[in-house]
Amino acid sequence: MSAATVTASPTNLPDEGRIGLRANLRHIGALVRRNVLQIKRDPESMFDALLMPIVFSLLFTYVFGGAVSGGDRGEYVNYLIPGMMAMGGLNIAMSVGSGVNDDFRKGVMDRFRTMPIARSSVLIAKLIVETGRMLVSTLILLAMGFIMGFELETGPVELLAAVLLALAFGSSLTWVFMLLGLSLKTPQAVQGMGFLVIMPLQFGSSIFAPTNTMPGWLQSFTEYNPLSQLADAARSLTSGHGPLAHPVTVALGWTLVITAVTAPLAVRKFRTKT
Amino acid sequence: MTRQEHKIRDGNAVEVRGLVKHFGDTRAVDGVDLDVPEGTVLGVLGPNGAGKTTLVRCLSTLLMPDAGTAVVAGYDVVRQPRQLRRRIGLTGQYASVDEKLSGWENLYMIGRLLDLSRKDARARADAMLERFSLTDAAKRAASTYSGGMRRRLDLAASMIGRPSVLYLDEPTTGLDPRTRNEVWEEVKRMVAEGATVLLTTQYMEEAEQLANDLTVIDRGKIIAEGRVNELKAKVGGRTLQIRPSDPGELNRMVGAIAQAGLDGVGGATADVEEGLVNVPIVSDEQLTAVIGLLGERNFAIAGIDTHLPSLDEVFLAITGQKASAPEESKNDKALEEVAV
Repeated sequence: MSAATVTASPTNLPDEGRIGLRANLRHIGALVRRNVLQIKRDPESMFDALLMPIVFSLLFTYVFGGAVSGGDRGEYVNYLIPGMMAMGGLNIAMSVGSGVNDDFRKGVMDRFRTMPIARSSVLIAKLIVETGRMLVSTLILLAMGFIMGFELETGPVELLAAVLLALAFGSSLTWVFMLLGLSLKTPQAVQGMGFLVIMPLQFGSSIFAPTNTMPGWLQSFTEYNPLSQLADAARSLTSGHGPLAHPVTVALGWTLVITAVTAPLAVRKFRTKT
Repeated sequence: MTRQEHKIRDGNAVEVRGLVKHFGDTRAVDGVDLDVPEGTVLGVLGPNGAGKTTLVRCLSTLLMPDAGTAVVAGYDVVRQPRQLRRRIGLTGQYASVDEKLSGWENLYMIGRLLDLSRKDARARADAMLERFSLTDAAKRAASTYSGGMRRRLDLAASMIGRPSVLYLDEPTTGLDPRTRNEVWEEVKRMVAEGATVLLTTQYMEEAEQLANDLTVIDRGKIIAEGRVNELKAKVGGRTLQIRPSDPGELNRMVGAIAQAGLDGVGGATADVEEGLVNVPIVSDEQLTAVIGLLGERNFAIAGIDTHLPSLDEVFLAITGQKASAPEESKNDKALEEVAV
């Protein structure tokens, strides 16, 4: 495309329009730095990543945990913590939508889009930072879990695999919310829309409670809910029993499909947004 | 010979031919031709909604034009956007810096995005802060800056890459007069250093301060173009405002000036709401003549003032119509109704 026109034009240097891999990485680095500085300036923006795993794990373990598990709270912690690993990505990813939307309203995106950088680099930088936030959030969740008596029945390799699986899925959701952020008019609309998606997915899953007491129609929903599969995969990885291959395949499948569909759409939207 | 057939002159930093951009049924830019010779400033004057911003967004690769061609700094806006982005700087009406970052962090980031080494990006950020008198505020978040400081940071950000063409989209809209002067001084300095500037503005005064040539657009179309002085002469140069001691004498005063038929003095109009008589004049002699005439006829005058024509007066003079801007039309109506 444009590279071809450049080479054909005698007055221009052939490489001037192309952005090499190293330059691209440097741009992404500068933009990651921007996002990290934003967090440093505005530490409250980390509250979701820091507090949510603490509040939710305490709430569910001590308020609902006993009832859900028929009195065995220790058992419930082992059930809840890997389940919540699946949820973290969803809640973190939601904030990126309003962030992207806000950037556009401030005009700083116009600056980026008139600069000689690959337009995807702005979004990829966001993706990297959000995945980092998810990692922080997951580590806090695990720390809370261990304090509350979570038992890892397998080994560190399996735990790492569970964390990476959750991060991979979470990063695919980041694309979804960036697309929403680029498509909707206000950050508030993005938030509202986000909750509408999040609540049913989060609670209509096996994250907080086993699905076998739910009505049949809801069970089928939870069956197809990627969060259930992700929660089940994490559970099998940390407990060493239960199905593994199926939920891992489904969770990875969702990750790939979501990314393959929403990432190009988001970059396209970013390019053409007026 | 139509404009499209003109041989493209050497030394034009911006050449636009037949540019069209529509949004749905609205033709925001409707067949615009522009030439900006290298090292000069072209002022694009027009009311809100005239298509100025759309034009700038097309020329800065933010919008894809629907028809026509635009070559900026030797690169085609549509076919070579990436090369072009190395050559342009854009400062919009809304500060396009990251408000959460400090001034220095903003400029360093932009340096890195423009492929400067860490060391060069650091040095350039320091130098630009110094140049735009922002060194003291370097470490503060841009959100704490005043309007003028933010606009200066925005200009600095646009200048990091030493662009050969700079777009300033209403650079002083919303600024107080003192801050406006600061921004004007900076723009003049950039031009003195050889930058080519395309400036959009709603203010005749701003165009007069900064631009060599002027293009007036309305509803996406060019309605006048020429040297700033030519257009000013056409519009009447300045407006002499006279406030009679007795507002009831407004119309009598207008009539007296009209009857006298002073050489080169345009039609006087009465502005009932403000209690003023407006007389377009082009020279100091005419000013003296008008005041002398009123003295002879024993009019009591409470105050006199002169000011540059407003955008509305420019439009009236050029097209005989009001500008299409929704604002300010109330004043105009009052003015027209009593016009002699």
